[in-house]
Amino acid sequence: MNAKIEFTLNGKNVSVELEESKKLLWVLRTHFNLTGTKYGCGEGYCGACTVLINNSATRSCATTIGDVAGKNVVTIEGLAQGEKLHPVQQAFADHDALQCGYCTPGMIMNAVGLLNDQPTPSREDIILAMEDNLCRCGAHNRILDAIEAAANEMQNSK
Amino acid sequence: MDKAKNIQDYIEGHTPANTIKRRNFIQLLGGGIYVFFHAGAALKLMAADGDQRQLPDDFNAFLRIHEDGKVSCYTGKIEMGQGANTGLAMMLADELDVAYENVEMVMGDTDLCPWDMGTFGSLTTRMFGPSMLAAAAEARQVLLELAAEKLGTDVDKLEVAEGVVFESRNRAKKVTYAQLANGQRIERVAKKDATVKDYSKYKIMGKPKFRADSMEKVTGKAKYSGDMRLPEMLYARLLRPPSHGAKLISVDTSEAEKVDGVQIVKDGDLVAALHEDPEMAEKARGLFRAKFEEADKPVNNDNIFDYLKERAPEGNVNINEGDLSKGEELATSVFNTEFHDGYVAHSPMEPHTAMAYFDGDKMTVWAGTQTPFPAQSNIARILEMEAEKVRVKPPYLGGGFGGKSAHGQALEAAKLAKLTGKPIMVDWTREEEFFYDNFRPAAVLKVNSGIDDAGKITFWDYHVYYAGDRGSEILYDVPHQKRTVYGRGWRAPGIHPFDTGAWRGPGNSTNTFARETQVDIMAANAGIDPVEFRLKNLKDQRAIDVLEAVAEMADWKPAKSSSGRGFGVAIGSDAGTYVGHIAKVDVNKETGEVKVLKVWVAQEMGFCVNPQGATIQMEGCINMGLGYALKEVIEFDGGKVKTKNFDTYEIPRFSWIPEMETKILQRTTPPQGGGEPAIVCMGAVIGNAIYDQTGARLLEMAMTPDKVLQALKNV
Repeated sequence: MNAKIEFTLNGKNVSVELEESKKLLWVLRTHFNLTGTKYGCGEGYCGACTVLINNSATRSCATTIGDVAGKNVVTIEGLAQGEKLHPVQQAFADHDALQCGYCTPGMIMNAVGLLNDQPTPSREDIILAMEDNLCRCGAHNRILDAIEAAANEMQNSK
Repeated sequence: MDKAKNIQDYIEGHTPANTIKRRNFIQLLGGGIYVFFHAGAALKLMAADGDQRQLPDDFNAFLRIHEDGKVSCYTGKIEMGQGANTGLAMMLADELDVAYENVEMVMGDTDLCPWDMGTFGSLTTRMFGPSMLAAAAEARQVLLELAAEKLGTDVDKLEVAEGVVFESRNRAKKVTYAQLANGQRIERVAKKDATVKDYSKYKIMGKPKFRADSMEKVTGKAKYSGDMRLPEMLYARLLRPPSHGAKLISVDTSEAEKVDGVQIVKDGDLVAALHEDPEMAEKARGLFRAKFEEADKPVNNDNIFDYLKERAPEGNVNINEGDLSKGEELATSVFNTEFHDGYVAHSPMEPHTAMAYFDGDKMTVWAGTQTPFPAQSNIARILEMEAEKVRVKPPYLGGGFGGKSAHGQALEAAKLAKLTGKPIMVDWTREEEFFYDNFRPAAVLKVNSGIDDAGKITFWDYHVYYAGDRGSEILYDVPHQKRTVYGRGWRAPGIHPFDTGAWRGPGNSTNTFARETQVDIMAANAGIDPVEFRLKNLKDQRAIDVLEAVAEMADWKPAKSSSGRGFGVAIGSDAGTYVGHIAKVDVNKETGEVKVLKVWVAQEMGFCVNPQGATIQMEGCINMGLGYALKEVIEFDGGKVKTKNFDTYEIPRFSWIPEMETKILQRTTPPQGGGEPAIVCMGAVIGNAIYDQTGARLLEMAMTPDKVLQALKNV
């Protein structure tokens, strides 16, 4: 049965009428046409679908639309402030921390979630936080470098 | 609103082009200067593709100098994360003397680009690149001739910088490429002997360039096949067999039909639930009640290597030099070793995905594929359409590694689009991706070799089953050698319980594992340091160069193995490139877990076009190679693929990543492949390092903890 679900999506108040059990991943990709959030495994193992819910990195394939009622959801499309990239996005570009780019939105959202929780993580903290985000091209070392650089940048610009 | 017309609006540049004739491309695209060219081995390989279409015989790519001075190259190659679009644009800009920013690569669209066999085998830079440079040299010559005429001077008095031609002595006398191309409609075919610049003269190539597509990819704007959208698009979920070789006996879709808004398609074995909501399509598929008759294949993870040996096809002797029996007489120690390698998945993060739309006349398919033109031919064949009526447009590709040379998802989408007239999205689930992947084949290798008292290899008798011969060259200087290859390439239809195919550096990681482990066994037995042993037996200067370079990088301290330190070495050659690897590992003797602490790689790839791109490929090879070396195992029982997701199929994670140091030995010889070579040594170099630390010799990949513990027991 459909329910009216209101939440904030990339800074805007939105409202949908859907079954509460629908997966957030597919609602984002089909209903809102926000295709930056990727399907990778559908079961929470790979992290390609990671978004922020109330500032915490969360797997949208393992989250229902009902779960986000009243909450604040940010996808990769909502991360930049206008033309200005988020420091994590900028650091990924500056470090060539991507190849095919398919895991990239999930990697970036997971890293932003980490830095929200822990603004000055050690290299080990970053590895631990990113451990369950999978990349097949092998950009791992550059992704770690990019997240370290973004953390420094965010501290310095405070 | 007319629906068909509405949808057509989404299909930009959709023009019924005949892809055979040069003038058709010119009619389609408009004015400017065109140089058509043909990239090397493409036509020879076409026959192997079984393509029956009439094909252009004198070109498979072309350059266009636009009337505004911009430059485009149209090619059927594709970008899949390897950075080909960046490297090729650098080459083109450099040869033509235009700004890198003014060069655009138009790749893979079967309507806009001439036929190409596909993107694999590290062929893009080394085979396609030189042909493109020759075409650019031809285009530059045309522009210089036009400029000489316009400026009333001679060609040899002219220079070019950033798309402006000027007289060397009088720089005010100048004309731009845009002015020269404006109003022109010039068509040339590149000469085979066109004079390109000396490698030392290039200004853009050889310097690091960051990838061209980062901005789109970090903002989520980059569109992959699954991100395509058309009005009334339906997601398709297809009935899947429980195992390979299963035959559909009957299917009852009556419950599935009750799902609100679903459309069920049944066409022979093709049974699909279509819905605008992918979750509803999935729900309907779950309600299919099907009976299959499964094939009985008495093979599983436990007996696979015996099974393969029992069914070994006849061998072909590829190399037979000297006299093996003479070599055996000269040997004072003989080593007979059998190596195994298991099935490995490609598992790109993006599963196979395609959207197709049939407007009643023309089929358009947006498909993530390494092979847009073969996909076009295959779609045309199964739908009994003319190839010209099928357009394949590759959006961004979320990883290929060889796995997306197969394009089953595009065929499924096209079939369903033709049957329904609706835009159809076929996006395989992760489970479907594992099921339909054409795995790197399991393989058996038998090596018999010997050394004399001086530590020289006297003979080498090499047998490779199922992996193919790529990378099976011995590299070392051995007077008596024979190499026998059983089975053609990496496919052995009817023997493996599922499809097998080309996996990044196909066959080479398997062959290099056997060769470099066997060499290490001999070095250890002779009591000679493994680097010294290799140098003692090498004559190939490029192999010597990479080995010496990597030993220097790692500050190699000679010691006979096993030294207890955990250092391994291996060398390899792939796609015309040589690599030398050293690894340092730490083996947990209680758990059998292997942690790779550091990897050093030296790579000699001729002239390196983009050191940044090449370095990233080397790093990617190191990281990806950890998986096949240590953890990746496909679980199966007969035709059933038991591996369904990343919970049981372990690909490299952040905590596995070693420190790494890479070095490119820059040369002025023609560019060679860069996407695959650095992965081929990863199994051998890690195995040799495990031996060096523990004395345990691993002869089977993946070297999982249970196999490490088993080998430790045998020490």
